[in-house]
Amino acid sequence: MDVLTDNFSLYGEGFLGTVQLALCSSVLALVLGFLMASFRVAPVGSLRVLGTVWVTVLRNTPLTLLFFAVLLGLPRFGLVLPFQVFAVLALGCYTSAFICEVLRSGINTVPTGQGEAARSLGMTFGQTLNTVVLPQAFRSVIPPVGSTLIALAKNSAIAGAFSVTELLGTYKTLNELGYSIIWSFVWIAVGYLLITLSISALFNVLEKRWGVAR
Amino acid sequence: MTSAPSATALYDIPGPLTRQRHRLYGIVSTVLILALLGWIIHLLFDTDQFTSDKWTPFAYEGIQELLLRGLGNTLKAFAYAAVLSLALGAVLAVGRLSVHRPVRWISTLLVEFFRAMPVLVMIFFIFVALKVQPLPALVAGLTLYNGSVLAEVFRTGIHSVDRGQREAAYALGMRKTQVTTHVLAPQAVRAMLPTIISQLVVALKDTSLGYLITYEEFLHAGKLIASNLDYDLPFIPVVMVVSPIYIGLCMLLSWFATWVARRERRNVKTKAVEVAPAEPGTLLPGGQ
Repeated sequence: MDVLTDNFSLYGEGFLGTVQLALCSSVLALVLGFLMASFRVAPVGSLRVLGTVWVTVLRNTPLTLLFFAVLLGLPRFGLVLPFQVFAVLALGCYTSAFICEVLRSGINTVPTGQGEAARSLGMTFGQTLNTVVLPQAFRSVIPPVGSTLIALAKNSAIAGAFSVTELLGTYKTLNELGYSIIWSFVWIAVGYLLITLSISALFNVLEKRWGVAR
Repeated sequence: MTSAPSATALYDIPGPLTRQRHRLYGIVSTVLILALLGWIIHLLFDTDQFTSDKWTPFAYEGIQELLLRGLGNTLKAFAYAAVLSLALGAVLAVGRLSVHRPVRWISTLLVEFFRAMPVLVMIFFIFVALKVQPLPALVAGLTLYNGSVLAEVFRTGIHSVDRGQREAAYALGMRKTQVTTHVLAPQAVRAMLPTIISQLVVALKDTSLGYLITYEEFLHAGKLIASNLDYDLPFIPVVMVVSPIYIGLCMLLSWFATWVARRERRNVKTKAVEVAPAEPGTLLPGGQ
């Protein structure tokens, strides 16, 4: 128990590091994922190819390999940024591929008749998209986006192993200070459970508020 | 795969003017994408990534053997993890479907806990705190995580079998175990096969976590070559050799999952159950 009380600031720093990493990469993943999803449903062939290649390659890349390539590879091109930023890049790009697929299948669940009806009422493309298609797609993607963001929060542990300030990384310092290794892991586990369960709770609330039973 | 989206709510079938406009967009975006690619290749040449110094190591037999041994170790860890997690998944699924309340509670608790925990934390815990060798630690971590996800997949499969099947089997006088093993499980596994294979892709990808606990797998072999000063630190060449092989392996398995999904959907034996799409099984932990 005293592992936590003695090192509260260390744990707090790691916990906040994980939360920050997860938040920044979620934003990047959502933005990139939305962009790639719009590429994948675009009527322009070359954009569709770009989106498909992005998704297929990133979905089949081990995240450790991606971290390895980004954190240790990009500096070789003379790109010097803090490790934290590299970690956000790797994690965000990786997750964007999954978000893209979720959003695309969400758009595909909207029946064709909805779009046809909107157009026959004289709505423009922007109006169709904003008032008919996206609101319906949004409702059906809440649970899968939640699952993907939970996976992202869990994957941020890999950044900790690549010496980014992060919850998992705290075990090293505690080990050197001579604390019981099992108890320090128990508190790390509690920290992660706190994060994943609160994301899960948040998305359950969103689902209750906006989700529809199909 | 990249043919025009035929039935979407977003667009009508384009007319001649729209098609012309789309062609213009197509040309502009192609030029932009090619420019981006060209810039990356220029960057690679500019930082001397294609000098012979950096590529000679791959011609040596010792280094090729090192890489192959690493790949072998990766596949070994994957094989162990796949078999064990299928077994654990079956056990936990049976536990969650049990009629005995304590068994159900314990297995639900285990499944929810292991699904909510990052794999890497479990692997590190087993490796650092329990002082286990790298390979068993990696395999144990992967097994616990993928086993509990697979348990949920099996359970969803069993539940998705048409309930007339279960009722008919009971009406014929079959016992509970007989109903599960002879009627429900075969259909559930068939329907869930694409998801199961996709989950194994996740296991294959996660074997690369072994790199972080110094298990001598594929990425570890690459790192050894990359940090060699004699060859002018060939980091980018290593990434360019290692990643296509890794990604290719995972893609093969993913495509296999998609192929199985398409085949099973046409199969008459899956009439009473809906075949799941080829996606790894991730449901919200705590939910459902």
